[in-house]
Amino acid sequence: MSNKILVVDDEPNIVLSLEFLMKQAGFQVRTASDGEAALAAITAEPPDLVLLDVMMPRKNGYEVCQAIRAHPDWASVRIIMLTAKGREVEREKGLALGADDYITKPFSTQEVVERVRELLAEAG
Amino acid sequence: MMGDGIIIASALAYMGLLFGIAYYGDQRADAGRSIIANPYIYTLSLAIYCTAWTFYGSVGLAAVSGVDFLPVYLGPTLMAVLFWFVLRRIVRITKVHRITSIADFIGSRYGKSGLLAGMVTLIVMLGILPYISIQLKAIAASFSLLRQYPEVSRLAISTQHPVWMDTTFFVALVLIVFTILFGTRHIDNTERHEGMVAAVAFESMFKLLAFMLVGVVVTFMLFDGPGDLFQHAAEHPDLAPLLRFEVVPGGYGGWLSLTFLSMMAFLFLPRQFQVLVVENVNEAHIRKAIWLFPLYLFAINLFVLPIALGGRLMFNNGDVDADTFVLALPMAEHMPMLALLVFLGGLSAAASMIMFETVTLSTMVCNDLVMPILLRANPRWLAGQTDLSGLLLGIRRVGIVILILLGYLYFRFVSESYALVTSGLVSFAAAAQFAPPILIGLFWKRANRRGALIGLSGGFLVWAYTLLLPAMARSGWIGTDFVDTGLLGLELLKPYALFGLKNLDPYMHSVFWSMLLNIGGLVFGSMLSQPDPLEQVQGSQFVDILKRERHDGDSLLWRGVVETAELYDLLSRFLGPQRATEAFDRYAHDHGGYPLQADSRLIHYTERLLAGAIGAASARVMISSIVMGEVLSIEEVMTILDESTQVLEYSRRLEQKSGELEAASAELREANNRLRELDRLKDEFISTVTHELRTPLTSIRAFSEILLANPDMEVEQRSKFLSIIVKESERLTRLINQVLDMAKIDSGRIEWHMDEIDLRTLIQDAINSTSQLFCDKAVALHEELGDAPVIIDGDHDRLTQVIINLLSNAVKFCPEQGGKVTIRLQPSSNRWRIEVIDNGPGIASDQHKLIFEKFHQVSNAHAGKPKGTGLGLPISQRIVEYHNGRIWVESETGKGAMFIVELPGTL
Repeated sequence: MSNKILVVDDEPNIVLSLEFLMKQAGFQVRTASDGEAALAAITAEPPDLVLLDVMMPRKNGYEVCQAIRAHPDWASVRIIMLTAKGREVEREKGLALGADDYITKPFSTQEVVERVRELLAEAG
Repeated sequence: MMGDGIIIASALAYMGLLFGIAYYGDQRADAGRSIIANPYIYTLSLAIYCTAWTFYGSVGLAAVSGVDFLPVYLGPTLMAVLFWFVLRRIVRITKVHRITSIADFIGSRYGKSGLLAGMVTLIVMLGILPYISIQLKAIAASFSLLRQYPEVSRLAISTQHPVWMDTTFFVALVLIVFTILFGTRHIDNTERHEGMVAAVAFESMFKLLAFMLVGVVVTFMLFDGPGDLFQHAAEHPDLAPLLRFEVVPGGYGGWLSLTFLSMMAFLFLPRQFQVLVVENVNEAHIRKAIWLFPLYLFAINLFVLPIALGGRLMFNNGDVDADTFVLALPMAEHMPMLALLVFLGGLSAAASMIMFETVTLSTMVCNDLVMPILLRANPRWLAGQTDLSGLLLGIRRVGIVILILLGYLYFRFVSESYALVTSGLVSFAAAAQFAPPILIGLFWKRANRRGALIGLSGGFLVWAYTLLLPAMARSGWIGTDFVDTGLLGLELLKPYALFGLKNLDPYMHSVFWSMLLNIGGLVFGSMLSQPDPLEQVQGSQFVDILKRERHDGDSLLWRGVVETAELYDLLSRFLGPQRATEAFDRYAHDHGGYPLQADSRLIHYTERLLAGAIGAASARVMISSIVMGEVLSIEEVMTILDESTQVLEYSRRLEQKSGELEAASAELREANNRLRELDRLKDEFISTVTHELRTPLTSIRAFSEILLANPDMEVEQRSKFLSIIVKESERLTRLINQVLDMAKIDSGRIEWHMDEIDLRTLIQDAINSTSQLFCDKAVALHEELGDAPVIIDGDHDRLTQVIINLLSNAVKFCPEQGGKVTIRLQPSSNRWRIEVIDNGPGIASDQHKLIFEKFHQVSNAHAGKPKGTGLGLPISQRIVEYHNGRIWVESETGKGAMFIVELPGTL
């Protein structure tokens, strides 16, 4: 059974590219274009991993991350933060809030896929 | 005959009136509502200078020697000119150091020297006796004359009666009673007598009016005006020379010395010092007195010559004493009321002088003579007393009794044979001895105690030898041999021709030698000896009085330790518990409480209060008796002084500088804040721009890599991905351009090319540039642009940019099907209005303002369609605003949006 991935970004083209990459890697993919939609999707069916953009309307990535970590049922959900703000503070903040990894845009497609695979492998 | 009863009753009634005024003045002063706190009362009080000498004596002198009476008034007038330079300093010093008298002043200046203060007091006592005696004589003489009314005769006041039958003696007794009543009701720590000053001001008015009334009567009733009077005098063989200014007995040297003497006496006679300095309420009053007092002198001298001439013409030579003309003329004319008024005026002038002088003197005697002796002789007994204010009052009262009685004795045994003016000048010459120590001490820091002691004793001895002793000799008290042949038969020691200096009038002669010794002694004595620390402190404080804002230099000298309670005990012993408590409360109020262990400031405060009651020197002794501590060395004091003056000067400059710096640093701070805010905005801007640049770049890179990694991708998908790459690249380009635009506009570096442009053509061009967009999305465009050109001033390219931006936004937000955009150009009052209307989703009203902010975007998620840059509208807004126009949006969610641009321009 393949892992379920949720791609969250307000940039449609970025969502499109990530969706393509994840599907190609053999995962089941759902998408959301803002924070609220992401939480709704997770509530509907918790994914194994969330690719989560930070700068979004209606709840940003940090808030979504916090909400996931606050929910005991979702403890197994892996989170990779995606951000176009490449400063070190942003990275630390994301990790402190409970994200498992952190990727800076623009990213290497290969690296994204590798990181996702690694995380899911760790989780078993 | 005028009944004795009437005269005595009016005199007592008049004195009662003065007492009432004084009493009221004191009441008001105690209530804190002073009646003397104005320059007019101050000026009038100075007129205590005009005594019986002026009232009777001027006429007497004028009758014999014409205008010779004038120097005595010229002096004060000249001194008034110097008030601002000299008197103001003295007043300031007196206030700061709580000085109570002229003796206290000189003592304080020279290191709070008790010896010097005592010496000044002694000189004043001796020097003032002739002056008091002539006042008594004037009262007695005028009384004796008036009771003969209407008989006018020359009568010498007989001193042949035994004392108990002598009118003058009773006059003296009455004055003693009134003086004690007036002047020693309580001990104050400032030694001011507001009530007495008020009374003096009143009597100054009164004597002026009485004198002028006589003048008017003589000039206009006895004669037909001044012209007639002078005409008569000019025809009189004896009087003609008086009018020609030919009779100047002492020569011009005499005039000079008289002017000098009266200048000094005006300032340094004890009562003058009291009214001018100690009783001064406000330094500003001096300013008015400078011209007002000479005016008073002018008024009171106006009729001197007319009365003198009138008297000479009316009474045959020798019939009537010229000193009594003022009174004799109304009597001879049978004007009893006027005569009585004149008597009261003269009484008033004489009595006020005696009372004020003796009150002042008794304070000096008490503070500077008796107390120091008591302190020295029996400090233990003094320390045992709980309340000494009664003792102080007692000493002063006894002082008053003794002084007036001494004045009486001098009158009885010495001055009887002299005219008023002659005796008075002896006193003036004594007062002039204080000029060098005070005036030089005001301006020369190095003047020290030893110099002052040498100078003052030298001057005093010369004065006594050349003026006092000869006067006594002439009265037969001592042999006249030394006057005629010189002491021990030495020619050089003749009192009127010392060291062979002949042919000067006695006053000029005395002034010359006494001033020479006095000034010389002061200068050389000071230069040849070292001052002790306290002298240096005081000297520097006095000289620098106007430069200093704070006056705590000498408080530095107290370095010892004492319990506050002990200080309080000491103070209450001299001021009484009530005043002491008040004083300490005031200190606590001003300084936020007082320490248990008194610090130097509190000790100094107590010392000054004490100085007000018993004089600076005694206060110093009392305080040092309870303060255990060390005296500073001269080096320490010099250092402190030098530092404190330098520090003061520095701090004044620093204050000025720091004011400037403060302003500058406030500006800097503001600029800095502005910079920091700009820096923060720039940071934010860069961070946002980075984010905005990375976003399209992310898509471009991702799809490029995807395409690269999947060469066998289906064509349809490949071209979709490629077109995304292209669009995102376009977005990136646009973004970079707009960021640069924005930066240029914000930094003001953008170049504007303002010109006359046709708005209609411009819109047409913009439509043409965007026609492809409309075509692609099949959006219908309605143009309502009118027919005529619309000429305005503007930048063609920038405005085109605005319209293109609005049109592309409109297209972007139009629905996929049935998109419709309307563009309209129409006048609106005196502006041109461009409307761009779409039928898209509309904009919620809370977004209407936000969409004009940088990088704010209305979310519009749609794959394949890149979002805007978030800079189009902010840039448009800045361009429009540069043209003095306005851009805004009117829209409701779901009902399309209308963007409106209004530009100024006439139809």
